[in-house]
Amino acid sequence: MAKADMLGESLWDAYSNKVTTLMNNPQHQGEISEAEAESRGNKLIVADFGAESCGDAVRLYWEIDPTNDKIVNSKFKSFGCGTAIASSDIMTELCIGKTVDEAVKITNIDVEFALRDDPDTPAVPPQKMHCSVMAYDVIKKAAGLYKGVDAESFEEEIIVCECARVSLSTLREVIRLNDLTTIEQITDYTKAGGFCKSCIKPGGHEEREWYLVDILRDTRKEMDEEKMKAAADAGATGDFANMTLVQQIKAVDAVIDESVRQFLIMDGGDMEVIDIKKGDEYIDIYIRYLGACNGCASSATGTLYAIESTLKEKLSKNIRVLPI
Amino acid sequence: MQVYLDNNATTMVDPLVVEAMLPYFSEQYGNPNSLHKFGTSSHPALAKAIDQVYTALNASDNDDIVFTSCATESNNWVLQSVFSDLIVNGDKNHMVTTEVEHPSVLATCRFLEEQGVKVTYLPVNEQGVVEAHTVRSFITDKTALVSVMWASNETGMIFPIKEIGEICKEKGVLFHSDGVQAIGKIPVDLQSLHVDFVSMSAHKFHGPKGVGALYIRNSQKLTPFLHGGEHMGGRRSGTLNVPFIVGMGKAIELATTNIEETAAKIRAKRDRLEDAITQISDTMIVGDRENRTPNTILISVKGVEGESMLWDLNKGEIGASTGSACASEELEANTVMLAIGADNELAHTGIRLSLSRFTTDAEIDYAISHFQNAVKRLRSISSSYATQQPTKGGEAKDCELHHH
Repeated sequence: MAKADMLGESLWDAYSNKVTTLMNNPQHQGEISEAEAESRGNKLIVADFGAESCGDAVRLYWEIDPTNDKIVNSKFKSFGCGTAIASSDIMTELCIGKTVDEAVKITNIDVEFALRDDPDTPAVPPQKMHCSVMAYDVIKKAAGLYKGVDAESFEEEIIVCECARVSLSTLREVIRLNDLTTIEQITDYTKAGGFCKSCIKPGGHEEREWYLVDILRDTRKEMDEEKMKAAADAGATGDFANMTLVQQIKAVDAVIDESVRQFLIMDGGDMEVIDIKKGDEYIDIYIRYLGACNGCASSATGTLYAIESTLKEKLSKNIRVLPI
Repeated sequence: MQVYLDNNATTMVDPLVVEAMLPYFSEQYGNPNSLHKFGTSSHPALAKAIDQVYTALNASDNDDIVFTSCATESNNWVLQSVFSDLIVNGDKNHMVTTEVEHPSVLATCRFLEEQGVKVTYLPVNEQGVVEAHTVRSFITDKTALVSVMWASNETGMIFPIKEIGEICKEKGVLFHSDGVQAIGKIPVDLQSLHVDFVSMSAHKFHGPKGVGALYIRNSQKLTPFLHGGEHMGGRRSGTLNVPFIVGMGKAIELATTNIEETAAKIRAKRDRLEDAITQISDTMIVGDRENRTPNTILISVKGVEGESMLWDLNKGEIGASTGSACASEELEANTVMLAIGADNELAHTGIRLSLSRFTTDAEIDYAISHFQNAVKRLRSISSSYATQQPTKGGEAKDCELHHH
């Protein structure tokens, strides 16, 4: 939030001229009939996506030359807002002249890009990016119908954010590599969740299979478990520097019990571990003397040296022992 | 020609109102709290405005009508101060409202829920109205407040305020009504029924934006929302907005004098518009028009998405409104449309047309013709009206997930 947000932008003012022009006068709206396609020796494919009750619906018509799989003619019908109609229109245009295999590679990002007046300015405001996603979906469906395969077979990976086309694997990797902890960070790094926001959490514009909140939580959980496992391994192998604090305290206590405490008790004293702090260079172990040791002359010299060198030898050479 | 049919959003300020306001900007600009004549010279005009508002609503002299900055402030004031008076500093913990209230009530309720208040959001029937017996069944001995709008901004439907008032009185529960869409459109007589608090806003009845009021029955306790100097008898601090209060007084007088006659004229135009556009096939109007504010139509046009319809109407220089999710900043489905239920399509195809006393017959003719043309064009593009059926297997299921 800042000065620019004080007066919200008018939705329609953020549309590119191309969106406005195509909404007012779509170039490829219409139908192709079975008879027309047949009379030219071509195959007609008609695919629907969406429904009036979801707020947008599109019907895509492809007339395909069966000798070379080329889309020679294409039309659309659309129930939707201005962006949905303009997106459908430009999608149809992008399909014409391509083979089915080429057309299936068209994404919603290509559709949005084709609607831009200049390459650096988005064609629609962020919350409208979503409207172009349907174009992508209906193309996959039409291609599936033509090739007799499931539309999902064209999907190489799981897309979590449709608007920015960010995959599940990318999200997991980015969270791990950059140690991300918030949704805002994920949006900053990947743009996922920055447009229609449906993929952030349930209850948005559209129901999704995957949500960023779940992916973040699960990935963080995995990362924590891995960290724990690494620490457990460290404990088992005696890698003191990589142990958790609890493991370190147990390890220090074990060494004290085994090699130090008996000598202190013989002199009527004892000690306890107060805290362990891991610094960049040293691991500081804070201890407190008890009984006769407390105030004993050698507690700051010989005894201390003995304790520290024992711990260094058994656990880590970076240990410093600090009496308090 | 340009035609403004979005009078439930805001209205044109009546030029007579502007005229009444003008002397209080640069001529009589004193602070009415000052002792000198610069300050006191505006008192007669303020007293007149107060009289105008009391008269318009037939409020008793024992009641308070406190000027505020807008109805959002009035709504917040009631909800938050009842929370403070009866929940934080009392033994109540519950409020009752409806699913179709204005955001200034719903968002405040959600805020209060975060503070631990239990809130019941009552559903509406297929007419878009909460039934009085529903209100009764949800009141408990822990209920502090019932807040139900007088008329809906989206549908124009009028709620059973008299009956709900009687129930609240019987149960000893405070009753607030957001009267924004009723006052100035239909007769509101505050002595003929029981309501403790009523919010109103001047810009909905041809007054200026930035001034509203809260009616408080019998001057009863309601902790101030804005603390400060002793303005408005200590009920609402902030230097009196003299020109706007004067404007609100004039506006409510103009809107309520001969209101039956004015309403009948608006209704005749509204009915003519409604009859013409319902001639279009596959359209549906929400709510019985006998129980609607006389200026409002909410129509669903099959196969035509709301934002597209607004777009085409706007090209014809007609201003209307849609509850369509696609036209909102956050793409959130309209709660009122969803609450009415019936089918989801209404949430995407609803168009609201709201007239005023300034709407002319020529404007209605123009609007009818453009409305028909817009539906014709958009249905010619619409997949809902396509004839060539999808290839076998290419049909869409309702609202499928985008792949996987």
